[in-house]
Amino acid sequence: MTNWTISSVRSALTAKKLSARELAADFFKRIDAQNPTLNAYLTLSPERAYAQADRIDDLIAGNKPLPPLAGVPVAIKDVLSTRGIRTTCGSKILKNHYPAYDATAVERLDAAGAVLLGKTNCDEFAMGSSNENSAYGPVKNPLALDRVPGGSSGGSAAVVAAGLAVASLGTDTGGSIRQPGALCGIPAMMGSYGRVSRYGLIAFASSLDRIGPFATSVHDVAAVLQTIAGRDPRDSTSTTAPVPDYTSEITKPIRGLRVGIPKDYFAEGIDRGVLAKVEAGIALLKSIGCELVDIRMPHTDYAIATYYIIATAEASSNLARYDGVRYGLRVDDPTLLGMYRKTRGAGFGPEVKRRIVLGTYVLSAGYYDAYYLKGQKVRALIAQDFRDAFRKVDAIVTPTSPIPAFKLGEKTNDPLQMYLADIYTVTGSLAGVPGISVPCGKTPQEKLPVGFQIFGPAFAEARVLQLAHAFEQAGGANL
Amino acid sequence: MKITREDVLRVADLAYLELSESELETYRAQIDEILEYIGKLNELDTSNVAPMAQVLSDDQTADATLREDIHVPSIVAADALKHAPDPEPPFFRVPKVIER
Repeated sequence: MTNWTISSVRSALTAKKLSARELAADFFKRIDAQNPTLNAYLTLSPERAYAQADRIDDLIAGNKPLPPLAGVPVAIKDVLSTRGIRTTCGSKILKNHYPAYDATAVERLDAAGAVLLGKTNCDEFAMGSSNENSAYGPVKNPLALDRVPGGSSGGSAAVVAAGLAVASLGTDTGGSIRQPGALCGIPAMMGSYGRVSRYGLIAFASSLDRIGPFATSVHDVAAVLQTIAGRDPRDSTSTTAPVPDYTSEITKPIRGLRVGIPKDYFAEGIDRGVLAKVEAGIALLKSIGCELVDIRMPHTDYAIATYYIIATAEASSNLARYDGVRYGLRVDDPTLLGMYRKTRGAGFGPEVKRRIVLGTYVLSAGYYDAYYLKGQKVRALIAQDFRDAFRKVDAIVTPTSPIPAFKLGEKTNDPLQMYLADIYTVTGSLAGVPGISVPCGKTPQEKLPVGFQIFGPAFAEARVLQLAHAFEQAGGANL
Repeated sequence: MKITREDVLRVADLAYLELSESELETYRAQIDEILEYIGKLNELDTSNVAPMAQVLSDDQTADATLREDIHVPSIVAADALKHAPDPEPPFFRVPKVIER
């Protein structure tokens, strides 16, 4: 009994093969056995999990209707606020932070009957591509223990890949859901900007941050996205557009859909094993009836530079709130300003400090026009690339990451090299469009998972999921 | 060199961020390399491009999403103060500020 899915949990519970409480206990047992190795969970929440499981068991005992995710064990990235459950953001500065409320996405999973097992490890404040920037130690990739799981949502990817949760929530600012999904070999999705409320998501870069699911099948990704999506008055950027029934939409036929292949994404720097698998993935789409169209996205090469201006500028502003006054760490000093400086100096790790310095610099007097304003203008050009492409095609496919999971410690001393690996994911982040990564076989030599990325136009999540589902059903994961 | 030691000191001061000597030099060198890379944006002529500050579409404009200004209960002060570093209900206590 290792490979649970949302539907197998439901049938086991309704057939009374086991109770929701027994299922939760089984997951905690697995976590106790594997987490010391993986370091993927930072905090467990058995009290909350068993209370929810008991509610579900009562419904079953009373033959009452069950909510859509009844009894499904889930994990939450530690940048999402959970009422009364420690929420660290992978940072020392929030070591003892216990939010007074749930993030909307968490609240909706809870209302749908999901059982919250705990909080997952991540790069500090979601800044990183390897999970090595966590103040609580790196997560190990469950498929190759000497390698990174990707980041920043490395813990959320690892727990699902290792069978320590049926689904999980991560956040994606420049690739932080899709890239760890690719490196851990599971489907992982970010909806359009505005599709999921950000209320309770502890902010990194507000114009880019998005919440989305990891699961072991596209169907389960669709089911979780459906649960968390939709208008929330507490996030004014959440869209009023209605949420389609993604789980029934995914089975619609994809024959005749036009799929764009942007030449600009297949340039130098891509691992040969990854390239071979992604090309096989493209051929697979053709074989199941998609029409392939060569397209150009001429500003792709400027996306990393643009992203690291905008994301760090927004981060330097968002992280001003950690001042030792209202929550988190305080380092004492006789003066208020001294207290701010020491608290922030002691509480933040190296990557966060580097980004605060860079972000403050690009916003500072004399540099604002040259960097921040320039970045916003190029962002407009990148978004235009997507709009132009979607006039010709229904979806765009690319590799998720140019490289498979790398060895722990391999890139930690060279931040720029680490940033450059985000090249295929940051474009969609800047444009605000939805994107998914689905498994696309393993590299020939080292047998490491490869991710296949599918972008759609804003709010065309259903189409992205249809393609991903058809790809999965056609055997994409075993290419 | 794009960024000097003095620039990093000035920026760290703006961000109220204490940095050690070794952090100062490490970040200066790394940020210098990153800014050098970012310089490639100057290959693009953006004089006629409007800056993009956010990605919201028509149904996400203020008209569509602003709510009525109704008083609703929010987080109570007791909860907000519970895990504060130095609470003095209903206040947060900080070192005395005499002058800036």
